[in-house]
Amino acid sequence: MEETLKIVVLVKHVPDAQFDRHLGGEGNTADRDESILSELDEYALEAALQLAEARGGSKAGNQVIALSMGPAGAVNAVKKSLQMGATEGVHLTDDALAGSDAAATSLALAAAVRHLGGVDLVLTGMASTDGETSLVPAQLAERLGLPQVTFASSLEVDGGRLTARRDADTSSETVEAALPAVVSVTDQINEPRYPNFKGIIAAKRKSITTLSLADIGVDPAQVGFAGSWTTVTSAEQRPPRTAGTIITDEGDAGIKLVDFLAAQKLL
Amino acid sequence: MAKVLVFIDSPGASLKKSSLELLTLARSLGESAVAVNGDLSDDVAATLAEYGVGTVLHPSAEELGDFLVAPKAAYLAAAAEAAGAGIVLLDNSPEGKEIAARLGIRLNAGVITDVVAVDPDGTAHKSVLAGSYNTSCKATTAVSVLTLKANNVVPEPAPAPTTPETATVEVPAVANAARITAREQKVASGRPDLTDARIVVAGGRGMDGDFGPVEELADALGAAVGASRAATDAGWISHDAQVGQTGKTVSPQLYISAGISGAIQQKAGMQTSKVIVAVNKDAESPVFEIADFGIIGDVFDVLPQAAAEIKKRKG
Repeated sequence: MEETLKIVVLVKHVPDAQFDRHLGGEGNTADRDESILSELDEYALEAALQLAEARGGSKAGNQVIALSMGPAGAVNAVKKSLQMGATEGVHLTDDALAGSDAAATSLALAAAVRHLGGVDLVLTGMASTDGETSLVPAQLAERLGLPQVTFASSLEVDGGRLTARRDADTSSETVEAALPAVVSVTDQINEPRYPNFKGIIAAKRKSITTLSLADIGVDPAQVGFAGSWTTVTSAEQRPPRTAGTIITDEGDAGIKLVDFLAAQKLL
Repeated sequence: MAKVLVFIDSPGASLKKSSLELLTLARSLGESAVAVNGDLSDDVAATLAEYGVGTVLHPSAEELGDFLVAPKAAYLAAAAEAAGAGIVLLDNSPEGKEIAARLGIRLNAGVITDVVAVDPDGTAHKSVLAGSYNTSCKATTAVSVLTLKANNVVPEPAPAPTTPETATVEVPAVANAARITAREQKVASGRPDLTDARIVVAGGRGMDGDFGPVEELADALGAAVGASRAATDAGWISHDAQVGQTGKTVSPQLYISAGISGAIQQKAGMQTSKVIVAVNKDAESPVFEIADFGIIGDVFDVLPQAAAEIKKRKG
């Protein structure tokens, strides 16, 4: 009999990179009007679904919980996850969370994971596509006292242990850790599914639990702008790059390229 | 004067340029100490002295390298306390950032990644949202942990060398760390590291399965080879070479983009490059909107001609 797994997938709603993205308002935070599920989180969700399905899915008692923290719009990342096949959604939302940096975010998420209880695996994407700092999963692992395996390009779980492959620039590693653990996966691990019609209909019947800071026992002073350990003191939009000289090759463009490099003192 | 601790992991036979950049920045901010993990060769020890390092710390345990991150963070936290550091500097590699993340929790310290410059008061500068904004950030905590992007500081030895003191730091035990059970070295290309390189030549879908011209031009320029996701997904070149939102972010002096359309995901990884040159046969490619010099032409004509011309001029 295979073990059943309770997996939490951290999903983030991020500004859509297809549109211009802006910083502003209090604390120079990102404007999330046009937000979507962070593309890189879909790989984590797919990895969770595959682990659960290999063990008989939700019928056998496996749980894949999509957890998102953020204002009202963050629930969209949870809904998309439910359409893809997550069994439950959790939306951690509280006005006091606004402006949380990685340290404050990881504090709130750690409390939420403890609140859910009995979690075997926390899966995340390799980075968010907006902040791109990659700090939150490692800080979450440190706060929960768990091992973390980052950049997993394969992931297997057996007998309370996980084995993952990580590809670094100079070497490939095989890594083992005991569960519970935090794992971030790369975009090489799988091909995320698209929600199908059945999934979209099924998602409507799935419940989304809303949690406040009080529900998870976090003091509002520990998070948000007040509880953050870093502050953005200024943000300036860089002037957009403008096009320079464009030429059409007439048989000597390679030479002209080298002339350009020489003029720029780049040779 | 602030005390600044620099983490140097596995220094090897000689220090990497990114380590020299960290040492130079540290010295500009205060009194510098180094926490080393791994063997310290005589050459490296001499370089640390040249760069004005006051103290060199070693871990009491030897096998930190068999575990992922957590024990290194525990060691560095103990080292930061031993050195009385107000600022801890690490490189901006994925592992550097991960160690920084855990270290921040252990020290109750704010962490700022992707830093390009630091003011004497500890304010850090970085660019965000794929290079579209420049921000200034500051840790509000007693200690700040900063990871420095490569190629933003010019390495410079101290006016006078120091004679560093050495000390051993007791590494606290870490339960539950992930253990590395096997490691395969990849074959070294002999080219510069993509994230540190001064020049990058990158190829995309337009290379149509043949990266030969990209590699030839890269070698003529002493450059690293990069690629768009389309090219790595097609298996034409290793995934390590991918530049973009889901790959590496580079900001070299010169980025030559060959046969890459330049969609937003690719731009995210390279638009902070100082000079961008683009070659693409499609005049409508978005890459031309950000190129300082653009050539509408066939990569299989332009790249080999440029490589030959460079070799000729370099003699």
